[in-house]
Amino acid sequence: MNTKKKKLIKNIISVCIVIAIYLLIFILIKAGALSRHYQSLLVPIGINVILAVSLNLTVGFLGELTLGHAGFMSVGAYAGCLFSIYCDLPTVIEFPLSLIVGGLAAAVFGIIIGIPALRLKGDYLAIVTLAFGEIIRSVITNMDFLGGAGGLKGIEKYGSTLSGFTVVFAVLVITVLIIRNLVQSRHGRAICAIRDNVIAAESVGINVVFYKLLAFVAAAFFAGAAGVLYGHNLGILKPATFDFNKSIEILVIVVLGGMGSITGSIISAVVITILPEVLRGLDDYRLLIYAVVLIAMMLLNNNAKFNEFKENLKMKLSPKKKAAANAKEGE
Amino acid sequence: MALLEVKNLGITFGGLHAVDDFSFNVQKGQLYGLIGPNGAGKTTVFNMLTGVYKPTAGGFTLDGENLTGRPPIEINRKGIARTFQNIRLFKDMSVADNVKVGLHNGKKYTIAEGILRLPRFFKEERELDERAMELLGVFGLEKERDVLASNLPYGKQRKLEIARALATNPKLLLLDEPAAGMNPNETAELMDTIRFVRDKFDMTILLIEHDMKLVSGICEEISVLNFGQELAHGVTAEVLNDPKVITAYLGE
Repeated sequence: MNTKKKKLIKNIISVCIVIAIYLLIFILIKAGALSRHYQSLLVPIGINVILAVSLNLTVGFLGELTLGHAGFMSVGAYAGCLFSIYCDLPTVIEFPLSLIVGGLAAAVFGIIIGIPALRLKGDYLAIVTLAFGEIIRSVITNMDFLGGAGGLKGIEKYGSTLSGFTVVFAVLVITVLIIRNLVQSRHGRAICAIRDNVIAAESVGINVVFYKLLAFVAAAFFAGAAGVLYGHNLGILKPATFDFNKSIEILVIVVLGGMGSITGSIISAVVITILPEVLRGLDDYRLLIYAVVLIAMMLLNNNAKFNEFKENLKMKLSPKKKAAANAKEGE
Repeated sequence: MALLEVKNLGITFGGLHAVDDFSFNVQKGQLYGLIGPNGAGKTTVFNMLTGVYKPTAGGFTLDGENLTGRPPIEINRKGIARTFQNIRLFKDMSVADNVKVGLHNGKKYTIAEGILRLPRFFKEERELDERAMELLGVFGLEKERDVLASNLPYGKQRKLEIARALATNPKLLLLDEPAAGMNPNETAELMDTIRFVRDKFDMTILLIEHDMKLVSGICEEISVLNFGQELAHGVTAEVLNDPKVITAYLGE
């Protein structure tokens, strides 16, 4: 009963935080406190959060290294944006539909790639997914009806910064909620069990092939949806955007935020997206400092003493846990 | 009819007959031991019984059903669960979650029900919680429910592995060297636990063990493997005093 109440309170607090963040940015935009430059970052931040949280499902929870996330993103982006270009429905219906179309297209590719690729492990899977991303990019570049290298033009853009942000924020919240709920269910436990020990997972009757594919396809779906959001933000899709570097960028976000930590992925996506822009004033040193900061953060994250410090901080912030820890020490 | 009937089981790797023409029967409720020197093929037998390897000759039936060469998942669902010689826990998951993974197939709520948090999700998750705690209770692990499995002391990791195997609700439990790396006190405690599991869950247990105190203490019958072939089988005390068996273990 007590734990149930605690969970309820925790959920209410989470909802309040989400609403507070939205209202804060809403007010900042309305009051004109955010420069145009920072306003233009809001949507990319949201998109990166969706990409990172979804990639975390395969890299962090399933434990398989994949480097083709930008490939799934591009499939979704082109499918979803083509849909909204050629479809003539009111925006309220058309936009959510284009998200679903983009997500489903990416998911279908996820199944096609996943069935053969998930037989591979570790480095081999990484290389195959990397190749997949590059193949998709060159195929798109050579398809005229997709705009070729010049890009797919004429995609309807968001009405304003605020509406763009609202849409992305809503999709982000739904994505995080779905992935969190998936991970914290019996299906999510099966996925984590595969990560920790495949042989043991099979020995207790976990369908390894199915759950690997589930995690892979779900990640592809959300990457696809993120791609659609991306297309509608810029109004143009260029194949060159979805290259190897984009996949690596998302992977960096996931690793930095901590494998298997959804909150970590969110925070790190925000930081990594803002960081290069904050450093813009430093001109020539920008990329150097960006790289150094990345290295420093990685080292810090892997430092036992720093992690201990983080744990202690958490304890101090929640008095009940502290009491529990003290009691345990006393035993 | 015996619960597990193994008939002329054999497997070859290349030209090597790792196990050859091996037969034995385990009755329901029995504690059966499989012993033999290192490299005799004991774990290979386990791997065939759990579907990790496909036998190249012979086969086995569980409750009269032929399960020879079936995949591991299916064999587990039919009622054979195991532990491993080198412990294989889900080390980055909590103790309770390890057992809940074992309970996975016992629950039916779908992915959609889980994501949308429909009533069946809460009902079945509550049942999972209760059942997991019950199993952990049997092994005295309730207090460690939220501890990461990798942070458990060695002896408790062994116990958790047994709890996880039991969670799949098997008819037959295979224990691969459960006492490996344990001191005499821990081994004695483990013997009690194994007996307790057999009685409480009405379980049939087949175990591999090198610790002769444990084998003679709890096994009713044993088979001895040497170089992949059966050396002797029968009532424990008799087999252990068989000169052939002593020679195989200690040399001439």
